Amino acid sequence: MATTKKLAASSAGAAGKADVSSAELLSYYRDMLLIRRFEEKSGQMYGMGLIGGFCHLYIGQEAVVVGIQSVLQPGDSVITSYRDHGHMIACGMDSKGVMAELTGRRGGYSKGKGGSMHMFSREKSFYGGHGIVGAQVPIGTGLAFAHKYKGDGHISATYFGDGAVNQGQVYESFNMAALWKLPCLYVLENNKYAMGTAQARAAAGELFQRGEAYGIPGVQVNGMDVLAVRAAALEWAEYVRSGQGPAILEMQTYRYRGHSMSDPAKYRSKEEVAKVRAEADPIDNFRKLLLDQGHATEDSLKEIDREIKVIVTEAAEFAQQSPEPDPSELWTDVLVEA
Amino acid sequence: MPIDILMPALSPTMTEGKLARWLKKEGEAVKAGEALFEIETDKATMEVEAVDDGRLGQILVAAGTEGVAVNARVAVLLGEGESAGSASVAPVVAVNVPAAVAPVAAPAPAAQPLIDDEARFYAQTSRRTVREALRDAMAEEMRRDQGVYVMGEEVAEYQGAYKVTQGLLQEFGAKRVIDTPITEYGFAGLAVGAAFGGLRPIVEFMTFNFSMQAIDHVINSAAKTLYMSGGQMGCPIVFRGPNGAASRVGAQHSQCYASWYAHCPGLKVLAPWSAADAKGLLKAAIRDPNPVVFLEHEIMYGQSFDVPDDPEFVLPIGKAKIERAGKDVTITAFSRMVGYALTAAEKLAAEGIDAEVINLRSLRPLDTATILASLRKTNRLVTVEEGWAYAGIGSEIAALVMEQAFDDLDAPVARVCGADVPLPYAANLEQLALPQPEAIVDAAKSVCYRR
Ligand SMILES: Cc1ncc(C[n+]2csc(CCOP(=O)(O)OP(=O)(O)O)c2C)c(N)n1
Ligand SMILES: [Mg+2]
Repeated sequence: MATTKKLAASSAGAAGKADVSSAELLSYYRDMLLIRRFEEKSGQMYGMGLIGGFCHLYIGQEAVVVGIQSVLQPGDSVITSYRDHGHMIACGMDSKGVMAELTGRRGGYSKGKGGSMHMFSREKSFYGGHGIVGAQVPIGTGLAFAHKYKGDGHISATYFGDGAVNQGQVYESFNMAALWKLPCLYVLENNKYAMGTAQARAAAGELFQRGEAYGIPGVQVNGMDVLAVRAAALEWAEYVRSGQGPAILEMQTYRYRGHSMSDPAKYRSKEEVAKVRAEADPIDNFRKLLLDQGHATEDSLKEIDREIKVIVTEAAEFAQQSPEPDPSELWTDVLVEA
Repeated sequence: MPIDILMPALSPTMTEGKLARWLKKEGEAVKAGEALFEIETDKATMEVEAVDDGRLGQILVAAGTEGVAVNARVAVLLGEGESAGSASVAPVVAVNVPAAVAPVAAPAPAAQPLIDDEARFYAQTSRRTVREALRDAMAEEMRRDQGVYVMGEEVAEYQGAYKVTQGLLQEFGAKRVIDTPITEYGFAGLAVGAAFGGLRPIVEFMTFNFSMQAIDHVINSAAKTLYMSGGQMGCPIVFRGPNGAASRVGAQHSQCYASWYAHCPGLKVLAPWSAADAKGLLKAAIRDPNPVVFLEHEIMYGQSFDVPDDPEFVLPIGKAKIERAGKDVTITAFSRMVGYALTAAEKLAAEGIDAEVINLRSLRPLDTATILASLRKTNRLVTVEEGWAYAGIGSEIAALVMEQAFDDLDAPVARVCGADVPLPYAANLEQLALPQPEAIVDAAKSVCYRR
C-alpha cells in the first residue's frame, strides 16, 4: 500500500530553515518575485495588444515552482502545461527570450513560432510548454524513461493541474511509471480550478491519493509556502532519484488571475480571491519571514525589488524591439534536415 | 516617473470597452496586483490591476464612460515622491501590427538521388518475407545505435502479435524490447518524451486502428513540437504497425490511415510494399531525425521477395519506385495495392495497354517528380488505394497533377479506392468493398478511352 499523506498544517517557520543559507532563502524570494513581476508585466502587455492569443498567468502559484526547482539538479528534466512562464524563469531561462516569445518576435525562445504556451530550452532541460491538457504527463514520464535508460541519474519533474489529473493518459502514465520504477516526480498543481470548474465539481476523491492503486506515494503540500514545498521536494526528489519509482506531490495552491486573460471569473467570488491574497500570499508571507528571522532587511529586499524591476523592464523592451520573424521562417523547422 | 495607465484589451479582438467603475480614488496608495478599475465588454466584466506600486494620480476617464479605446490613457500612477503635477511622459506604446506578408509558396523539395542507384544493391540478395525484412531492419539498427529501442503491446515475450519482432527480446534484452500495457495514448506519449530525451524509439501499434487512441501524441506532440520550438526539439521516432484491411476482421480493425497521417506537416509517412521496401525504408525511418509513420500491411507480412544483403541498403525517403515501366497509362499505388496494380498491368498488357506502375513508397513527402515525369509520358493516370476516396491520397495526387500538369492530361484522373462504407465482414461484401485488380483494369481502360 502506498503511503499517502494529507497536508500537515505547516507554517513557513516550521519547514526547516536549517538546511538553507540566508543567501539561498533570498534567492527564493527573488525568483518568486521575478515570476510575479514578469507575469504582471505580461498581463499589462497583453492589455496593450502586444501579446496575442491565450496567455495564462502563474500569479499566486510562484512558491510551487520555486520550491521544487530549488532541489533539482542541472540536467533534470522539467515539463509543464501552457501555464509555463514561471517554470521557465525558475529553470533559469532568460526573461527576455520568454517575453519576446509572448510578443511573437524572433528573439523569443521559439523564434516567435510557439507563443506563450510553447517554449523550450534544451540547454536548461525545459521540455515545454504543452497546450493539450494532460499530454505533458506521458511525455514527462518518457523523459524519466530516457533518464533511466541512459542511467544518467537524473529525474523528470512533470507538472500538471487539477483539471489535467482527470485525463486518462495521466493514469496510463502512472501505471507505466510505477511498473518500470521511472524517476518521475509528478507535481500536481492544485490551484482549485480548471478554467471555470472548481475541483469539487470535476474530481472525485483526494488528488494526492490518485496514485494509490499503482502504489505511488502521494502527499499533499502547502503550495503557498516555498519552504514547505522545498521540504517535500527534497524528500521526494531524493526518493525518486534513488530508483524507488515515481511520487506525487499535490500542491495546494491558488491562481489569482483568470484562467487566461479573457476570463470573466464568474465562477468564484472576489472575496474568495481577496482572502487568499490577504492570508496566504506566498511572497508576502515569505517576505515577512525573511524579515522576522533576520535573513533580510527592508533595504535589502527593496534592492531586490529594484533589480527585478530592471530585469522585467528590459525584458519588455527587448520583446518590443526584437523584430518579427522573417517571413522565410514560415517554412523552416517543419522537419529536421537529415 | 509617472506611469500612464492604459485601457487594456481583454482579448485579441477587443477594440474598445466601458470603464465601469474606479476601485481606487485619486491619491490613494496602490500595490502591484491590486485592482484599480473595472471594465465591461460585451462578454465580461473584469478588474484591471496595477502593474506597479504607487499612488493613483489623476483619473482621466470617468467611471461609466462607454467606448473607451484600447490603449487610451485612463489615469496616471505616481511613484514615490511624485505629485500629480509632474509632467506625465506618455510611454508611446506601438501596437503590434504585423507587417503585411505576401503569400509565400512552400519551397520546392530538394532534388532527390537517382532511383536507379538502388539497382546496384541487388547484386547480392536473399529471399525474405516482409515480416523478416522488418525484423532484420530493426535488429540491424539496434546493433548500430544503442539508443534505438522497441516498445509496444506483445512485442517482447510474445514475439509480436504478428511475429514481426521475433527474436528481438532474445538478442537485445528486456531493456530495449519492451512489452507495454494496453495503453496506446500513454506509451505513444511516453515514447515521444523518450525521443525528446535523446532516445530513438520504435513504437509498434498492434495495428494502426489503435493508433487513433494515440493520434494526439503522434500529431500534436511528435509532429508539431519541432516547429513550435523554433527548431530545438527534434523527435526521432518511428510509429509502425499493420495498416488497412487484413481479412474478415470487420470495420474497426480494417481502416487505412494513410491520408490521415499524410495530411500533417512535421511527419514523414512511408508505406512499403515488398520486403526490400520494408527493410530499406524501415532502416531509413529509424535513422531519420523526424517522426515517421510507417504503414505496413498484415497480408504482406508472409510474402517473400529478394532483399539486398548489404546492411547499408537504406532507401531514400520521398522517392517512389517505378515497378513496371510502360507508356500508355500511369498507375500509382502503395502498400498491398502495388501488387494489385502489377497484376492489373499484366492483364492490361494482354489487351494491348502498356501500364507504368509507380510504387509510391513515401506518402509524405510524395515523389511528385516521378509521378509528373511518368504522366508526361503516358498522359493518363489511375490512382489506387485501399482507403476511402474522400480526401484520400488519390485526391491529393489528382489535385497535384491538375495544378502542375494539367496540359499533360489526356483524360480525367481516375481513383480506385475502397468503397465509401465501414468495411463489412461478409466475405462477398468485403471483396466488393476493397479495390480488386479488375477495378484497376477497368479504370485504366476508361482513362485510355478503350471499351
Ligand atoms: C485536451 C484538452 N481539453 C481541453 C482543453 C481546454 N483547456 C485548456 S486549460 C483547461 C483547464 C485545465 O485546468 P488545470 O489542469 O487545472 O490547469 P490550470 O489551468 O489550472 O493551470 C482546459 C479545459 C485543452 N487545452 N486540452
Ligand atoms: Mg487548475
